[in-house]
Amino acid sequence: MTLLLTAIAGGLGGAARFWVDTGVGRVNRTAFPWGTFVVNISACLFLGVVAGVVSARSAPEAVLAVLGTGFAGGYSTFSTALVETVRLMRAGEFGMAAAQCLGMVVAGVAAAAAGLAIGAAV
Amino acid sequence: MKATHPAVVTAAVIVGAAVGTTGRALLGHALPTADGAIPWATLLANIVGAFLLGILVDWIARIGDVGGWRLARMGLGTGVMGGFTTYSAFAVETTRLLEGGHLWVGLAYPVGSLLLGIAAAGIGMWVGGRLPLPGRSRAVAT
Repeated sequence: MTLLLTAIAGGLGGAARFWVDTGVGRVNRTAFPWGTFVVNISACLFLGVVAGVVSARSAPEAVLAVLGTGFAGGYSTFSTALVETVRLMRAGEFGMAAAQCLGMVVAGVAAAAAGLAIGAAV
Repeated sequence: MKATHPAVVTAAVIVGAAVGTTGRALLGHALPTADGAIPWATLLANIVGAFLLGILVDWIARIGDVGGWRLARMGLGTGVMGGFTTYSAFAVETTRLLEGGHLWVGLAYPVGSLLLGIAAAGIGMWVGGRLPLPGRSRAVAT
């Protein structure tokens, strides 16, 4: 049952990523792939809050499975982010590739840490 | 070529992401992460996913990213590979390693993931740039 709910949440997370990425892409006038960046950082914050709440409140692991592995896992993406890094490198945009790749991991870890702190506090 | 209805594209992403997420959940059960250790399940999913997405996007870009091929890229790439790989678990695992005092593992995990991810995506895109094109589409390939 948990696995089925995880799958459904993952599907909805994937749809949310598709919509956010498309929406950001419509307003993004730069070569920087902001869509995946916005998706992944918001996913890190969300998973941090969920994991923080589950740890602090001893909530059932199923909550973490469905909202964390399912929704946040389906919503965030590593594969697209790294394909975008390689695309920027191939285009000779090494500064932008480094900013995208390193900026995402630093912002992602900061967002996850903030989320864990928020989740533990509420 | 007639454009695919947006609802069909969204449905392909949803079904694909459900499949990909389930795959990673099962991999997580098969390879549980020990406290303070490298999260192998996430690392494996992310590297394999980056490699396969690299093949897919560059291969379909050569075939022509329209119609059924675009739908396949959306379902298999945005859906399955996007759902199978994760940035949120990657970041939360890194944060927990660092906050838990596992400094070296907490640095080796993200640095190793990104270096392997760049290599995997790059090799995948190289393969996708050389895979044979399906029969009749050869004439329109650039």
